[in-house]
Amino acid sequence: MSGENSLIWLFVSALLVNNFTLAQFLGLCPFFGVSGRVTTALRLGLATIFVMVITAVCSWVLNTYVLHYAPYLKVISYIVVIASTVQFVEMSIKKLSPALFRALGIFLPLITTNCAILGLALFSAGKGYGLLEGVVYAIGAGAGFTLALVLMAGIRQETDLNSVPAVIKGTAMNLIIAGVLSLAFMGFAGLFAKVFA
Amino acid sequence: MLEEQGQNYAEFIKGLWKENPVFVQVLGMCPMLAVTTSAVNALAMGGATLFVLVGSSLFVSLLRKYIPKQVRISAYIIIIATFVTVADLVLKAVAFKVHKELGAFIDLIVVNCLILGRQEAFASRNGVKAALSDALGMAFGFAIALFCLGAVREIFGAGQLFGVSLFGDSFQPWQIMLLPPGGFIMLGLILLFFNQMKARKEARLQLAQEGPVKS
Repeated sequence: MSGENSLIWLFVSALLVNNFTLAQFLGLCPFFGVSGRVTTALRLGLATIFVMVITAVCSWVLNTYVLHYAPYLKVISYIVVIASTVQFVEMSIKKLSPALFRALGIFLPLITTNCAILGLALFSAGKGYGLLEGVVYAIGAGAGFTLALVLMAGIRQETDLNSVPAVIKGTAMNLIIAGVLSLAFMGFAGLFAKVFA
Repeated sequence: MLEEQGQNYAEFIKGLWKENPVFVQVLGMCPMLAVTTSAVNALAMGGATLFVLVGSSLFVSLLRKYIPKQVRISAYIIIIATFVTVADLVLKAVAFKVHKELGAFIDLIVVNCLILGRQEAFASRNGVKAALSDALGMAFGFAIALFCLGAVREIFGAGQLFGVSLFGDSFQPWQIMLLPPGGFIMLGLILLFFNQMKARKEARLQLAQEGPVKS
């Protein structure tokens, strides 16, 4: 298999088969918290992709130059470096492009303490990805999170108009909807079985 | 003294049921769903979270007068991350198999919103004893919730509990319970059950206040 091909599959795998939210349970807090409206969900998703790419670059630098010598600093250095870089990027966006800041800005600090971000850094370190692979994986994972979030928001907007028993309203129903979505995403596992058979 | 003890006891007990972090506040969902494929994993996760939550609550409460308000969140995260590193290394040394199964989710305790939430909402505003009682209560509440979900998923998904077979050979395990959708749906059903109990209790209270209905 050629290199380009494997990058595409890395992307598809992170997007659909190993979807961060629906298959690996990462980033569930925003998934349930911010999936009320499609537009908000989409903006949060885009901001997440953005932070994930920064995370991929940061964690690659840390893995290559720091953690090789001091592996026990993994968790602390990831969280501190990622949080401060995101803060820095947020400030520069605010200065350079106020329009972009208005679209993404409010979400950026919140996203940093989202487990999908730290999870991404840990997973791609665990799998030993290089810089390019790490960035592709980050885009795929971010896009997968966005996809799940937007789907969930769409379904929730529909159910707002339906009459549901009061008991099931809220988190209980959202969890069951997420379960059905996750069931649907499991179907994508067959994608790989078919291609690599 | 007695009054203070009663206060601390109340802080402890509220985390178990009335303000249970999972069933009532719906916090810490990611580890809740990801590691509850068996009761043992759920308990290990509960134990690790207990250690981190109690340790960081103790430190945050001790240092609450010295941490400047502007950088408090970063300070809390560094304290939490330190305890998580300790828990990670200890678990790796003591129970390697469980550590391998939990994988990245031990490290991910750092971003468990339950822990940061307790530091911000409670430990940074209260004395050491109260903070410890609160942390213990919340951590036990979390562990109980993890155990409930882990046990149910293991019983249905593998037909066993703690690795002991329950139903004999003729039982066909529900594979789906061990897969991600099973986790979502089962937790949804458990929350549904809690909502139902709460609604019933409220209805009964209201009935008691209004007095018997004349027909």
